[in-house]
Amino acid sequence: MRTLLATSCLGAVAALSLSAAHANDQLLKMQQNPKEWVMPTGNYANHRYSQLKQITTDNVDKLQVAWTFSTGVLRGHEGGPLIVGDVMYVHGPFPNPVFALDLNNDGRIIWKYEPKQDPSVIPVMCCDTVNRGVAYADGKIILHQADTTVVALDAKTGKELWTAKNGDPSKGETGTAAPMVVKDKVIIGISGGEFGVRCHLTAYDLNTGKQVWRAYSMGPDKEMLIDPEKTTALGKPVGPDSSLKTWEGDQWKIGGGCTWGWFSYDPELDLVYYGSGNPSTWNPKQRPGDNKWSMTIFARDPDDGMARWVYQMTPHDEWDYDGVNEMILADLNIGGSQRKALVHFDRNGFAYTLDRATGELLVAEKYDPVVNWATKVDMDKSSPTYGRPQVVAQYSTEQNGEDVNTKGVCPAALGTKDQQPAAFSPDTNLFYVPTNHVCMDYEPFRVNYTAGQPYVGATLSMYPPPGENHMGNFIAWDASTGKIAWSNKEQFSVWSGALATAGGVVFYGTLEGYLKAVDAKTGKELYKFKTPSGIIGNVTTYEHNGKQYVAVLSGVGGWAGIGLAAGLTDPTAGLGAVGGYAGLRNYTSLGGQLTVFALPN
Amino acid sequence: MKPTTRIVVVAAAAGCLLAGSIAVRADGSGNPAAVKDEDGKYYDAEGNPTYKIGEDGTVDWYTYSGFRRYHSDCHVCHGPDGEGSTYAPALKESLNRLSYAEFMEVVVNGRDRPQAGGQDSVMPAFGLNPNVMCYLDDLFIYLRARANDAVPRGRPGKRADKPKSATEAENTCLAQKS
Repeated sequence: MRTLLATSCLGAVAALSLSAAHANDQLLKMQQNPKEWVMPTGNYANHRYSQLKQITTDNVDKLQVAWTFSTGVLRGHEGGPLIVGDVMYVHGPFPNPVFALDLNNDGRIIWKYEPKQDPSVIPVMCCDTVNRGVAYADGKIILHQADTTVVALDAKTGKELWTAKNGDPSKGETGTAAPMVVKDKVIIGISGGEFGVRCHLTAYDLNTGKQVWRAYSMGPDKEMLIDPEKTTALGKPVGPDSSLKTWEGDQWKIGGGCTWGWFSYDPELDLVYYGSGNPSTWNPKQRPGDNKWSMTIFARDPDDGMARWVYQMTPHDEWDYDGVNEMILADLNIGGSQRKALVHFDRNGFAYTLDRATGELLVAEKYDPVVNWATKVDMDKSSPTYGRPQVVAQYSTEQNGEDVNTKGVCPAALGTKDQQPAAFSPDTNLFYVPTNHVCMDYEPFRVNYTAGQPYVGATLSMYPPPGENHMGNFIAWDASTGKIAWSNKEQFSVWSGALATAGGVVFYGTLEGYLKAVDAKTGKELYKFKTPSGIIGNVTTYEHNGKQYVAVLSGVGGWAGIGLAAGLTDPTAGLGAVGGYAGLRNYTSLGGQLTVFALPN
Repeated sequence: MKPTTRIVVVAAAAGCLLAGSIAVRADGSGNPAAVKDEDGKYYDAEGNPTYKIGEDGTVDWYTYSGFRRYHSDCHVCHGPDGEGSTYAPALKESLNRLSYAEFMEVVVNGRDRPQAGGQDSVMPAFGLNPNVMCYLDDLFIYLRARANDAVPRGRPGKRADKPKSATEAENTCLAQKS
């Protein structure tokens, strides 16, 4: 009996790891097929690059709308569809419908799934009820709902296979980030930095939905899955209690560090990368210390969640510069040698290039010249402030203190870039980055924490940089040298994810609703089309029946829709001045539509 | 569109001029003209809290405080300056309809307005949030001033000093609620 049990257990383990390897291998292979778009990030490296080249710089001006699809939801539509085989999977904001569309049959709806969620989650989603997309793996579609429920659906039928509860919306915990499947694990983040949530990254078993590991952004080493001896920061072990030492008392328990951005994965190094968000509250005086590991890039082992290395970009945040933006994995020539690099365009206005194996800091440069809160990041390895931003006292809301309005800080809290992901083209070795060009006044003040209630503690007003009237740029960035290759002005922040293609064309959307195509080498605008609503979704491309298509979700909203709908005012224009900058609502209105483009036959 | 906008601006300016002598404006709480001053906190003829803007544009403490609190706890849904967003209504418009009592009711208890496609418009209940409840009048006064175009968009330029009674009330309220 004993022997039999042991044998069958061994068998089960073997079967499990076999299936795990299978799902991973399948996705590793599928992500290389340019005809499909199998994960929200395009590939594990977050390139958002396609080898398709039917649409080129020469013919993109002939692009036409091939077909459209309405999600039936009128909120901010972030993310983009997946294309797996002959099926397209389209998601929407709360109530988070998912549609499987038959590409062989004019987009006929194969199935629709719509979860039942308590609407009380709506107002605890700080900045609109957005959702950044579903994941595919092993015949399953994984949806991360607003109320933090993770559900696996049968990709063929839409039938529920398992559900898991990742958090509690009554405490302000919500779900907006797209899942990523790595090996046999579903990686899930959590939102709620404006509600004093202590955030974490959690892995669920792809086959059962059972929680495998959870790694908090702050707290005791064990709960963060940090090994004081083996986890490094800038090449050195972090040591014991690396987080607890940087908080006063129990404040880490409501410390934020949310994980609502994108994830990436390097299969060779076997590491998952992501960033953590702002420490709670926005009033820095109320939380002395570096507030580790908020505002941090993490590299973790996907099997057990253990952190390999960490790097905190904005210690003791004073401006709400969440570190959640995507980590783009690219092999780059830096200073004459080829490096396995990680490139990250942070909200704080610095673009970081790190060695993704070791976490060594290679480049940190401003990717918008107006960034002024810090002069630079200290790159001197022998300096006691190595790796830290050199904060300018005038723009320090900590140094100016509570109840003081710190003026003219660039960038604004929404960052030089928010979650809207950049693209990387191996053809040009350039990164294509949608950016915000907005500054702010920021006044922190004392607040009290109540579970499930906003825990903000700062007043802020935003406006374009002095003397300028455009609020965004779309730029090409050279991450090897840390320099802007070209930059296109945009009237509004660019809140859409970019797409680079082998056809030499780069695509992005604008808040007015334009899908734009530009030349990857020069930035020259080659084509634009105004879709029914502002675009905060990410551009996708795929091939079906020999034809290349480009798809994007329209549906204005998100933080952009809240902050920019009414337009910004210029505080320097004097008392009584009418808002100097046009409001988004003069250009576009709510919507929820997928628009698919192709060249004429 | 432009000529219309200008006419509106002129009409509003005329209204403001007239307000000095004859009461012409009424918002959801009636005539906002301040008739009573209790240590820097102003009330209209019906006893509702209201704003007081000096001739040089100096705002009373509560209008200023409401501006600050609004842009901490309300603007992430309702947009800057009470102007509304793609997500939630413009409160500067709402206060032309809502009375002081109705405003309090909605903020304290919240409300859920079901809409097509399961996309309810939901206002959360702030009744347990000291950062909101201890500043309810401040928020109301600021938004009332916005509803009546008594203060422009953006941060008020000049403000009255914080009255002693405001500090005392704040301390008492925060101590009770936290």
